[in-house]
Amino acid sequence: MKARWFPQAFAQALALAFALLGAAYAHKPSDSYLALTVQGGQVAGQWDIALRDLEVAIGLDADGDGDITWGELKAKHSDIASYALARLALQADAKPCPLKATGHLVDDHSDGAYAVLRFGADCGSAPDAIEIRYSLFFDFDTQHKGLLRLEANGQTQTTAFAADRATQRFELRRASRLEQFLSFAREGVWHIWIGIDHILFIVSLLLPAVLILVRGQWRAAPRFAPAFWDVFRVVTSFTVAHSITLSLAALGVISLPSRLVESAIAASVALAAANNLRPVVGSGRWIVAFLFGLIHGFGFASVLTDLGLPKESLLLALVGFNLGVEVGQLAIVSAFLPFAFALRSTLFYRKLVMSGGSAIVLAVALVWLAERALNFKILPV
Amino acid sequence: MIGWLAAAALCAGPVAAAPHIPKDDAVVVERLPLKPGDPVNRELRDLRQALAADPESIENAARLARRYYDLAMAEGDPRYVGYAEAAIRRWTAQPGPPTQIVFLRALLRQYRHDFTGAIADLDAVLARDPEDSGALLWRVALRLVQAQYPEARADCDRADAVASKLSAIACRAVIDGINGKARAAYDALSAALVHQPASDPDQRQWMLTRLAEMALRFGDGKLAEVHFRQAIAAGGPDGFVLAALSDYLLDEQRPAEVVTLLKDWTRSDVLLLRLALAESALGAPAAREHAAALADRFAAATLRGDRLHMQEEARFELFLRKSPAKAVGLAAENWRVQREPRDARILMEAALAAGNPGAAQPALDWLNATGYEDPRYRALGEALRKPRQ
Repeated sequence: MKARWFPQAFAQALALAFALLGAAYAHKPSDSYLALTVQGGQVAGQWDIALRDLEVAIGLDADGDGDITWGELKAKHSDIASYALARLALQADAKPCPLKATGHLVDDHSDGAYAVLRFGADCGSAPDAIEIRYSLFFDFDTQHKGLLRLEANGQTQTTAFAADRATQRFELRRASRLEQFLSFAREGVWHIWIGIDHILFIVSLLLPAVLILVRGQWRAAPRFAPAFWDVFRVVTSFTVAHSITLSLAALGVISLPSRLVESAIAASVALAAANNLRPVVGSGRWIVAFLFGLIHGFGFASVLTDLGLPKESLLLALVGFNLGVEVGQLAIVSAFLPFAFALRSTLFYRKLVMSGGSAIVLAVALVWLAERALNFKILPV
Repeated sequence: MIGWLAAAALCAGPVAAAPHIPKDDAVVVERLPLKPGDPVNRELRDLRQALAADPESIENAARLARRYYDLAMAEGDPRYVGYAEAAIRRWTAQPGPPTQIVFLRALLRQYRHDFTGAIADLDAVLARDPEDSGALLWRVALRLVQAQYPEARADCDRADAVASKLSAIACRAVIDGINGKARAAYDALSAALVHQPASDPDQRQWMLTRLAEMALRFGDGKLAEVHFRQAIAAGGPDGFVLAALSDYLLDEQRPAEVVTLLKDWTRSDVLLLRLALAESALGAPAAREHAAALADRFAAATLRGDRLHMQEEARFELFLRKSPAKAVGLAAENWRVQREPRDARILMEAALAAGNPGAAQPALDWLNATGYEDPRYRALGEALRKPRQ
C-alpha cells in the first residue's frame, strides 16, 4: 500500500496544501430544511429532504434507471413519512407531541429536488419550551445537517442539528398581551383583505348608497350626508351582526357546519348583487347587512379557530381579531365612498360600475355557491 | 371598483408556492448522479455489503472509507466525506483507533479544514510508524497550510530517505518559494521537471501551478500566465488553477477574461466569488445576481456551522459588499485556521481598508518572517506600516 501511495500521495497532498477545499466543495453538503410553526398547542411542520439522500436511505429509483419519477416517489410516500418521522421527536414541556404526516409535495432547491413532507404535531396546550431530537441520516452521513426554522409567538429561531448536536431545546418566549392582541388584529385585517367574498358582499351593499331608489330606478343622491349615513348604517349593522356570531362561535356556544356557512356566504353575495340589478330592498339594506352579517361572522370564526386560540387569552384574541376585521373594512369603505360619491351621477358609475360590476359579482357568487354547496372547484379563489 | 374586484377575483390564481405536486407520474423529478448500475455504484455496493457481512473488519471499513474519500476528492461532493466518517465510526468513537483508521480520519479531518486535528492524527500514525511516507507527506502539506515552515522542512528531510528525487526537490522548492527564495525554487523545480518529467498529468499540473506561483512572487506575471495555461492544458481545468489564474487576471485589470474563463463554474463558491468580482469590475448586470447567490451560500454555511470559505467570505465583504469592518473580522478568524499567502493578503487588504492596521499584525509578522517577495504583498506591507496621516 505504501509503495503505490507514494508519488501520487505527494502530489495530491501538496496540491492540497495550496488548493485545500478551494474547489473541493463543488457541491453543497447534505442538508434538510425543517420549518416548524407553533400555533397554540399545534405545531405545523414542513420538512424538505433531498431525494439523493432518501435514495441512499430507503431507495426511490424502483426501476434503477437513474431517474426518479414522480410516480416512483409517490409509491414511497408512506415509507418516507414513516422513515423521517421516526427520526424526529418533539417534546412540549417534557410531554411528547405525536407527529402525523399531512401531505407530500416536491420542491427544487439549488442543489436538486427535495421531497416536501408536511406534518402536524399535537402538543395539547401551548408550550413554554420545545425540545427537538433530530436523527435523520446521521447513521450513514456524519456530515448531514438539519437546518431548523422555528416560528412561535411572532419570533423566529434558526439553528442546525448535527450528529453531535442532535437534541436541542428552545424556550418559546411568551408574547406579551399587547403583542398577542396586535397579532390577532393583524390577522383580522389580513383576513378581510384576502376574504374576497366578504369584500364583495359589503361593496355590493354599498354601491347603491350614493344613489336613491325612485320608482324602481337608481338615481344620484343629491347630498353627501344621507349617503354617508346610509353607508354608516350598513357597515355598522354588518359589524354588529358578525361580531355577535363570531363571538358565539369562537366561544363554542354555537357551531355550524362550514360547508353550510360558506354556501350561505356565497348566497348572500349573490343576493346583494342581484338587488342592485333588480332593486327590491332600498333604504332597508342595513337589515340585509345585519341578517347576512350573522352568517359572515361564522366564516370569520372558522379562521380564528384555525389560528389556534390561546385558551388563557380568548377574549383578547377575539376582540383583537374583530377590531382588525373592522379596521380592514373601514379602510375599504373610506376608499370607496369618496370615489362613488364623486362619480354617482355619471353613466360610468351607474351602468358600468353599478350594473356591470354587480352582474359580474352575481356570476362569481353563483359559481361559488355551486362550488361550495356541491363541493367542487372551478374558480381559483 | 366592483368590476375590478370581480376581475381580480377571477384572475388571482393561487400564489405559486415553490413546493408543488407534479402533473404526471412520468415527470422526472430528479436525476441521480450515479445510476444504480454504474460500475462505481456497484463497487460501492460490494464494499458496503462486505462491511455489513463483517462489521468488525477494519480492512473492509478502511477500504470503503478510502473509496468514499477518493470520490469526495474527485467529485468535490462532501456527502462522501460524511459517508466515509460513518463507515469508520465504530473505531473512531473508541479511544486509540487502529493506525489505518487514524490515517483515514486525518484525511477526512483536513477535508473539513480541521487541520489541527488532522496533524494530531498524523503525529499518532508517525509515532507508530516513522517511515509511513504517506502520513509524512500529508503532514508537510498541512504544516504548509498552517505556516509551520521549519517543521515542514524537517518532514521534507525525513521524507528524503523514502521519496523520489523529484518529490524531494519539489518538497523543498515549495517551502523555499514562500520563504524569500522564489527564484531559486523556480529554477530548481523547473530543472527537475525537465530532467524527470512527471508521468502523471495531475502531478505535472501541480508542478506547473507551483512554477506559476513562484514566477508571480519574483514579479514575472507573463511567465506565470504561461505556466498557468500550461497547467490547465496538462491536467484539464482544475478549480485551484482556475482560481489562481483568475486572481492574477483580476490583479492585472483583465476582468473580461475572467468572465470567459469562469462562466460555467458557478457551482463552486470559490470560483463564483472570482466571477462576481470580475463582473462587478465590468459593471455587468450578472454581478448582482451572483453576489446575491454568494450571500445565500455564506449564510447557509454559517447556519450549518461550516466555516470553510472564510477567506472568500472576507473578500466578498470587502470588495463586493464594501464592508471592511466585517471583512477584517472574517480575515482575522480565517488566519487562525489557515495561513497561506492568500490568507495573509486578504487580512492586510481588509485591515488597510478598515483603517485598522493593527488587525494585520499577524500577517505583517508572517511577511517579515518569511521574506515573501511578491511585490503586491510588499506594497501592502509598506502601506500598513506607514504612519497614518
